[in-house]
Amino acid sequence: MTVHPTSPQFKDNAHRAMGDPALQKAMGHVRQAFIEKRANAAAALPEFEALRDSARDIKAHTLRHLDLYLERYEERLSAAGGRLHFARDAAEACRAVVDICRSVGAKTVTKGKSMISEEIGLNHAIEAAGLQPIETDLGEYIVQIRGETPSHIIAPAVHLTRDQVEADFRRVHTHLPAGRDLSEAVMLQSEARGVLRDRFLAADVGITGANFLIAETGTSIIVTNEGNGDLTQILPKVHVVIASIEKLVPTLEDMAQLLRVLARSATGQEMSVYTTLSTGPRRPEDPDGPEQYHVVLVDNGRSAMLGTSFEEMLRCIRCGACMNHCPVYHEIGGHAYGWIYPGPMGAVLTPSLIGVDKAGHLPNASTFCGRCESVCPVRIPLPKLMRHWREREFERHLSPAAVRSGLKLWGFFATRPRLYRAATGLAMRALNLVGRSKGRFASLPLAGGWTRYRDMPAPQGETFQSRWARQKRRGGAR
Amino acid sequence: MAEGKEFDRRPGLRVGLFVTCLVDLFRPSVGFAAVKLLQDAGCTVDVPLQTCCGQPAYNSGDRATTARIAEQVFRAFRPYDYVVAPSGSCAGMIRRHYPELFEGDPNLVAEARTLADKTYELVSFLTDVRGVTKVDATFDGTITYHDSCSGLRELGVRSQPRKLLGTVRGLDVVELKNADVCCGFGGTFAVKYGELSDAIVGRKADDVVASGARTLVAGDLGCLMNMAGKLSRRGANTDVRHVAEILAGMGDLPPIGAPEEPPR
Repeated sequence: MTVHPTSPQFKDNAHRAMGDPALQKAMGHVRQAFIEKRANAAAALPEFEALRDSARDIKAHTLRHLDLYLERYEERLSAAGGRLHFARDAAEACRAVVDICRSVGAKTVTKGKSMISEEIGLNHAIEAAGLQPIETDLGEYIVQIRGETPSHIIAPAVHLTRDQVEADFRRVHTHLPAGRDLSEAVMLQSEARGVLRDRFLAADVGITGANFLIAETGTSIIVTNEGNGDLTQILPKVHVVIASIEKLVPTLEDMAQLLRVLARSATGQEMSVYTTLSTGPRRPEDPDGPEQYHVVLVDNGRSAMLGTSFEEMLRCIRCGACMNHCPVYHEIGGHAYGWIYPGPMGAVLTPSLIGVDKAGHLPNASTFCGRCESVCPVRIPLPKLMRHWREREFERHLSPAAVRSGLKLWGFFATRPRLYRAATGLAMRALNLVGRSKGRFASLPLAGGWTRYRDMPAPQGETFQSRWARQKRRGGAR
Repeated sequence: MAEGKEFDRRPGLRVGLFVTCLVDLFRPSVGFAAVKLLQDAGCTVDVPLQTCCGQPAYNSGDRATTARIAEQVFRAFRPYDYVVAPSGSCAGMIRRHYPELFEGDPNLVAEARTLADKTYELVSFLTDVRGVTKVDATFDGTITYHDSCSGLRELGVRSQPRKLLGTVRGLDVVELKNADVCCGFGGTFAVKYGELSDAIVGRKADDVVASGARTLVAGDLGCLMNMAGKLSRRGANTDVRHVAEILAGMGDLPPIGAPEEPPR
């Protein structure tokens, strides 16, 4: 049921993205605004770096004792009147949600933003069951009416320009006057709000994700900026939370610590506008709330990451800072990665979930500039984990044959220093003879991957090592 | 790192120069500039027979070849008090990644850590270990400085080159917009994902040209060759040089990617 990956066609995807003027225009926002806002938020909080350490430790601790915290969570959730549905994979998770919807005779379902629901293809499953899923997060709503998937984990429609969204709204909201003014972003927002209001009231089931699940209380938490999550989960008679197992943290105190790094890393806000905690269905004394509260807890490949070096990836709290700071993501946007999770976090997580044979490009398409790791609120060593994937590929002979044979030849010389010095000495002199009048090569045999895009500077001639050896023989170090 | 530590001012300190494969092959003058700067700082410099730090293999997932190369580096540089490289990337490989590579091998991990602890990037070695505060060099013109990723994020090299460049007579520094953003080189990435690499270095070239500086300076030859190649392909009139050359007073050499004897 999961979304079909186009990750094997990463290079073609990236090529198209780089030639897409609308996408390139839209990505300008990511390149500047997200980065400045995070930097300002981090600088304004003296203990920010210490908080990152603490956030890392909380998640690492939870993952080491995940069985324990899962048990406690289930206990507390049941005590609060909630029901837990454990799903080993995407199909089980979709079935659990559809069964809940059917059990109450639901027709329409509203949804808050949830990446796990994208991962398991939940909307398709709901539609296949004859129900209508309606995304209520503005970005998700836009992406849904376009028949697309999110291109960013916190800003699903970041790949689009305002003009594109206006055109989509005019195409879909045909019940509204054709001559209406939609020239400002805020007008688009209020139009979506109006359209969605009716949907909130009509929905039979509301589905949200969870930023955290609290073991000591059985609580689920969502953070949003639009308030759509609250309407999604409070108005219908059934609230379904869908979350993957690594969302657990032990205590409310731990959650509070993580919230301090989450919004700052994501949008540069101190806190998101809404932080909503849900513990079980409506109690007799509550003024509102759902009659039923279900949690679908999804594994879908996570437990296989525990105990491996990729366990560190399960610390991820989905802030998006890694992609906001990634020079590769900036060029191509999220869809080019070919599956649900883009950017550096996707480059590590996607091979874990769909297999490195399909997602092999993703951990390779990185310069290892390290900017992602330098902003990760839970200090996931993303470049190191991408390198681990490259190692798995190399071991399994999945790397391209040209790369392997080139590497082998280079390795032969690089492990024989005397031969290396002699061979490179000759090669560099020859290259210098050909290239010195211009100082560079506009094309060079075997270096087309380089010279197609930029010149190759010519070498100065004799190598350093051979000059040094010659000087030493003459008896002077200088 | 040496910050907050006493400087090591012992006379005649023995430094093994890790010249780096790119400097060895393409730009030996950077190696000689490094030798001069280290000697001016009172070090005795030697250059043992060497090839590469192993990054091409390491970043391609080939740990076995990387380990063979690393062991070769252990042996070659055992005799020295310090190992210095005119590159944040190669120094970062030795300092940060060799110990990781030999995790779980009790004999070699100790050796890797010993080597890691005494290995430095050139400019930060001069300022942070040797306490160098100024250089004796002249360069007429305005430069802008690109922070190469490994030096910046793995080794904390940022203020050190700016500090020493500030003492070069006649030299002005203008800050580069997005100086801390990758130039798109990434070793084999530049060839394996050439189109992406090109898009990234294209943005870097825009920022360099917009800075108005006549000369672009950085501390890693890989990045410099990438940026120089892009700037010259565009026909930009920007010289590209390694920071060691400027600091050693060798700023009159033909810049990277320029003809040996410029036509007059």
